[in-house]
Amino acid sequence: MTVYTFDGTLDGLLTAVFDTFALKEQPLQLLTEGDTLPLFCDHTYQVSTDEEKARRVWAGLEKRLTCETMKLLSVSWLSELSELNQPLFQYICKVFRQGDISKNFADPDVLAVTNIARRVLHEQLRMKQFIRFQKAKDGTYLAVVSPDHNVLPIITDHFQDRFNDQPWLIYDAKRHYGFYYDGKDVIRITFENEAAVPFNLANGHLNDDVISSDDQLLQDLWRTYFKAICIRERMNPRKQLNDMPRRYWKYMTEKNAT
Amino acid sequence: MEKLRILAESAKYDVSCSSSGTVRKGKQGMVGSTVGGVGICHSFADDGRCISLLKVMLTNYCMYDCAYCINRRSNDIKRATLSVSELEEITMEFYRRNYIEGLFLSSGVVRNPDYTMERLAAIARDLRTIHRFNGYIHLKSIPGCSQELLNEAGRYADRMSVNIEIPREESLKLLAPEKDHKSVFQPMKLIQQGVLENKEDRRKYRYAPRFVPAGQSTQMIVGATKETDKDILQMSSMLYGQPTMRRVYYSGYVSVNTYDPRLPILKQPPLVRENRLYQADWLLRFYHFKVEEIVDDLHANLDLEVDPKLAWALRHPEAFPVDINTADYEQLLRVPGLGTKSAWLIVNSRRFNRLTSYDLKKMGVVMKKAKFFITCNELTSQFSQPIIGINELRPERLRPLLISKAQQKRAAEEMQLKLNFEEGCQ
Repeated sequence: MTVYTFDGTLDGLLTAVFDTFALKEQPLQLLTEGDTLPLFCDHTYQVSTDEEKARRVWAGLEKRLTCETMKLLSVSWLSELSELNQPLFQYICKVFRQGDISKNFADPDVLAVTNIARRVLHEQLRMKQFIRFQKAKDGTYLAVVSPDHNVLPIITDHFQDRFNDQPWLIYDAKRHYGFYYDGKDVIRITFENEAAVPFNLANGHLNDDVISSDDQLLQDLWRTYFKAICIRERMNPRKQLNDMPRRYWKYMTEKNAT
Repeated sequence: MEKLRILAESAKYDVSCSSSGTVRKGKQGMVGSTVGGVGICHSFADDGRCISLLKVMLTNYCMYDCAYCINRRSNDIKRATLSVSELEEITMEFYRRNYIEGLFLSSGVVRNPDYTMERLAAIARDLRTIHRFNGYIHLKSIPGCSQELLNEAGRYADRMSVNIEIPREESLKLLAPEKDHKSVFQPMKLIQQGVLENKEDRRKYRYAPRFVPAGQSTQMIVGATKETDKDILQMSSMLYGQPTMRRVYYSGYVSVNTYDPRLPILKQPPLVRENRLYQADWLLRFYHFKVEEIVDDLHANLDLEVDPKLAWALRHPEAFPVDINTADYEQLLRVPGLGTKSAWLIVNSRRFNRLTSYDLKKMGVVMKKAKFFITCNELTSQFSQPIIGINELRPERLRPLLISKAQQKRAAEEMQLKLNFEEGCQ
């Protein structure tokens, strides 16, 4: 039984695919370094990540798959789930052997990758829905999030398109980075000292000294509206939780009043 | 703040919420964009309904006295009016904070329809031209206003709507003596005319401004009058036949004016019936069903215990079983339990290999109902379990298998309400 280990990067995974074909063997498992090896494994091979090999594999995929499918593959990688590695690896190997199998949902690997990508896209939509900005004194709009998957890179386009005349900052408290739009370009930022940021990372509130003067009023207005729009005869908290899971509430204006 | 509360409470019985139908990219120097396809819901209220647009009334003063409406003239509720600038500012500030997708503006009728409509149109125009707002605007058009005002409003709005409320004219007359069907259908026709003319123009001049790009919608109240589901669905199907009608909403009647003898007394809104109507509506729009197949004279009301597609399947056992591996897409859509998504997955995957029920389960197809109506690529012999489908079981024995206890209970509760409703009418 052959096992490959790789460093957990996308380039590493693609290199593993390259090596599979170079060495003419199909490993039964692809593990990240540090994972416990399975019993009875008689041959392990450590993949050393090589950007050139990865690039060639990616270019080969681009030749064989539609650009929609390529997008799906890169989106699935944003899930940051370790259970994606194995199916994605086998999926890519199969593409080189059998051609475009991206619509064969009876294949367990294709199904797994597609489902994970769908989960990421779903969360991406939820971010577009549930991000709440607060206005700071200098006119910057701030939102803090902590999504399950690393979806910030795929939502910035939407916000840049929509709020192109206001500077904004969307910060991922879980992954400790954010995107800042200065009116022209979106740039990726990290804070050197995260403890000193002028907002609360636990609930996203801006500190009192930097929040703009009318923001509190508008937040209250929004909460009032949120309460008023509900029809009491039709209460349905289960549906509310289905569509707006509780894990997003802590950063949402209408649900995190102190 | 108080004003916003009052006016939101007045507007909440309008069910339309969608922000879909237009794709408009952001523009330099303007705020906002609209996404096509599925719109974005920004929040979900405690009753589970989505909040996508800032749904608010300009004023809840109204000169009409429609029995089903909370804002009727004779109701003793708090009245308020938002000033134009207040409303515009709230909309912009909410939008900038990503609370909302746009504005849904409605109004009680003050003085006369033209006066009211003019103010609605003015707000839409101000938002677009002064505030450079590029998000979604849904305007309610006031029945009986003039064509010029409709045209003016249509140039700035994404979607416009006129509510039918009651599908049969005699019932409408009974509850809303000041309204008739003409006043509802006239603006609808005018909007449609505008859209079609605009289409012509855009063919000639590429940059002609768009007119109500997201089309129209309307809503009907369910359970306030004696209409059967047949009346309601026939009306919707007729409306969907028109080129600009995008959505018909159904609103389970909430007893807001309990003192009115013309109205039924309901303990709770008829939610199951409303749900069944929406299911039937989906069958009309996405599943290639015709209205005669869903309701006919024998079955004038939808079955509350089973969904309309299952009800159709139980009435038509001859159409089954459907072979998953050879049936065309339309046939797959008719299988209870298979939706457009599942059908799409099946049609794509079966080009690679024949599908078994195991594959279907893996793909996430819900087999609870579907298993009685399909055949897959499975061996059938005397050793394996024989296939039990609708034709072996007969529909009358299959039916009880597919109704859950909870469903039965909910339906029974509503049937009781129905009795109340008849008493209320007498």
